[in-house]
Amino acid sequence: MNAKKGIEVSIAASIAAKLARVEVVAAYPITPQTHIVEHLSELVANGELDATYINVESEHSAMSACCGSSATGARTFTSTSAQGLELMHEILFIASGMRLPIVMATVNRALSSPLSIWGDHSDVMAARDTGWIMLFCENGQEVVDSIIMAFKIAEDRKVLLPVMVNLDGFSLSHVIEPIEFPSQEEVDKFLPPYNPLYTLHPDKPVTMGAYAMPELYTEAKYAQEMAIVHSKEVIVKVMDEFGKRFGRYYKPVETYNTENTDMVFIALGAINENIETAIDRLKEEGKEAGLIDLRLFRPFPTKELLFALKGKKRVVVIERVMPGGATNGPLFNEISSLAHSNGMNITIENYIVGLGGRDVLPEDFRDIFDEIKATPEKRTKSKKDKNFSVIGVRE
Amino acid sequence: MAKPMDEYKWHELNVGCVIEEIGSAREYKTGDWRSQKPIWDDAKCIKCGLCWLYCPDAAIYQTDDGLYTANLDYCKGCGICAKECKPGAIKMVEEER
Amino acid sequence: MMLPNIDIYAANIVPREEFAVSGHRACQGCAEVLAIRLALKAFGRDTIMVMATGCMEIISTPLPTTCWTLPWIHVAFENAAAVASGAESALKILMEKNKIPRKDIHVVAIAGDGGTSDIGLQALSGALERGHKFTYICVDNEAYMNTGIQRSSSTPYGAMTTTSPPGKKSIGQSTQKKNMPKIAAAHNIPYVATACPSYPFDLLAKIKKAKMVDGPSYIHVLSVCPTGWRIPSNLAIRYGRLAVETGIFPLYEIEKGKYRLTYNPEPLRHVTDYLNGQGRFRHLTTKTISKIQEHVRADWEKLKYLCGVK
Repeated sequence: MNAKKGIEVSIAASIAAKLARVEVVAAYPITPQTHIVEHLSELVANGELDATYINVESEHSAMSACCGSSATGARTFTSTSAQGLELMHEILFIASGMRLPIVMATVNRALSSPLSIWGDHSDVMAARDTGWIMLFCENGQEVVDSIIMAFKIAEDRKVLLPVMVNLDGFSLSHVIEPIEFPSQEEVDKFLPPYNPLYTLHPDKPVTMGAYAMPELYTEAKYAQEMAIVHSKEVIVKVMDEFGKRFGRYYKPVETYNTENTDMVFIALGAINENIETAIDRLKEEGKEAGLIDLRLFRPFPTKELLFALKGKKRVVVIERVMPGGATNGPLFNEISSLAHSNGMNITIENYIVGLGGRDVLPEDFRDIFDEIKATPEKRTKSKKDKNFSVIGVRE
Repeated sequence: MAKPMDEYKWHELNVGCVIEEIGSAREYKTGDWRSQKPIWDDAKCIKCGLCWLYCPDAAIYQTDDGLYTANLDYCKGCGICAKECKPGAIKMVEEER
Repeated sequence: MMLPNIDIYAANIVPREEFAVSGHRACQGCAEVLAIRLALKAFGRDTIMVMATGCMEIISTPLPTTCWTLPWIHVAFENAAAVASGAESALKILMEKNKIPRKDIHVVAIAGDGGTSDIGLQALSGALERGHKFTYICVDNEAYMNTGIQRSSSTPYGAMTTTSPPGKKSIGQSTQKKNMPKIAAAHNIPYVATACPSYPFDLLAKIKKAKMVDGPSYIHVLSVCPTGWRIPSNLAIRYGRLAVETGIFPLYEIEKGKYRLTYNPEPLRHVTDYLNGQGRFRHLTTKTISKIQEHVRADWEKLKYLCGVK
């Protein structure tokens, strides 16, 4: 057990990358990711991190340079948010298709327009099907641990896929939290040096990024899909090993107070802590609500979620992104189709909160709880003409 | 040896579709493309090697006696060698089918 | 210290090893693939190729085969220079950490005129500014040939392409060719050159020089495209020569900002010698041709002045 340090989560994230001994960082600054890349620059400049920092001229070039670097056999890391994530969008698919184990810390921020530098999940949701493994972090400790685990997951020969570690912009990235850093020796024992399957080197030339005719494209994509589906086994194994070594156990799906109730919230990211606070306060009044914290989002943890949802009757899906014309938000749609395909008799509600940095307080969840409890039937009163509610919108 | 494309099962592809067999393009005989082929008049050839140098398909090679000739497996019949040969030692003739 | 000028003068002493083997699907008479075939002979085996989407990428790597015998990567259309930056940085750090043996491995980024002067300009500018040790080769066939002959900013004035077709309201391409060597040189990189496979020894010498540079080098190669320019397949070398002899595509170097003409074709041929016979220029009026001639003459005089040639 090492001592905990009070530190800004962004800085902690860069220290995690340092502990993971990243070798190449190619990144472009964008609020609210800037502190991560600034600190990494500093660590490289003063020799604390033996790596190359490429000051790329855009996020598209950042992910492109990461592809070049990872293909050449260097452990590669980057970070971005919102517009940056969208600018590199086409390369995200290429990175996963080419099976390059890049790790990226995405500091979740709202997408323009209108322009907003504040946090929500619209950026990551727009990139959810890019073939990247995706983890969501609730607090600073999880960010550090997830980044270290991410490399081990990505570089596993059975995986070889890029991993995105998500942390909420400002509400998580810019807060100071108590974080316990593992020592370099402990991380070295957990995370050996990157040993690539293929690399660009004249001693053993290969061709990477050939094109596929219709006769082959399906098989190529099938192989990639199988890789991300089966990566779950490796993810669970890595989380387990991390727990054994460092004493902090993670699971793809975590639950909070779900044993005492058949009503659960489900959410991604830092907002889970707000919900936990709300649940604790409700408990003091003798009311019970549960929480399912989805730590792993891609590959979608079907098995674990089904287990967590067993016996639940009301599920309240909390999300931080507008559906964009879909009937519901992306998380709702996945939960709903999961429940439906497995014949589960659950009522699912969709609440959208915290868009563009709008504050979400434990009281808001209390209000949601009360509203749910007051209407035991399917739809709550606020949803007259649409399937979701937007908390706090002034109508 | 690469199989025809439609004979690969998904798990037979390398991770990331990486191609390990370098130069495997040789399995595709582009000689089928041509409608005319180069013929060398060895008496005029000065063994300068320019035909070999200018061939986009690397389909010309030097034989043991120092003269040059086309590898008909790959020669596409573009005619650059005949055009560029300074002594005019190369003529393009119709390919018999 | 200036780079030594290298003289290779005979085909018989050009390395025989092929790094772009037969079996690739380039059109008959493609001078672009010839340019790369020759350039790779000068780069040698210790090379990593980074290629952009384009003719060269498509004709060379249809899964599951490849015509390359060197390490080769393709990521996307506009990022050859960015991917090359990543590869070069990785090589540097891995050698520094002794994870791979220290050796001079040269990174070469290859992209067409589309992937360089249009969609790839940003990545190129960034890579040149950061000073990575690599060579960027623009194989310029003067249009987006791979997707069916659409115009690029490298398409010459008056040329017909599918997106700059001549008609009642158009003469063809209405803008002048973007001066990429000048843009590259504006980044103050150690070495910039123009080359053409019709002058193979000049091209080989320039590649060898580029490889020696401790920093970025940029080579702009005129790649005659019989298919896109509508000329017979056996005339690619001839038309490359005419481009140089008319002054339309001069062969020169810019070494640490100092210009040097590597071939002086004076007295220049009239541009019609080059324009005639190319289907893409068939529609040109006398007026447009004179305009082209004027422009070529003016640019040529400017270049001569920069090169210190009378």
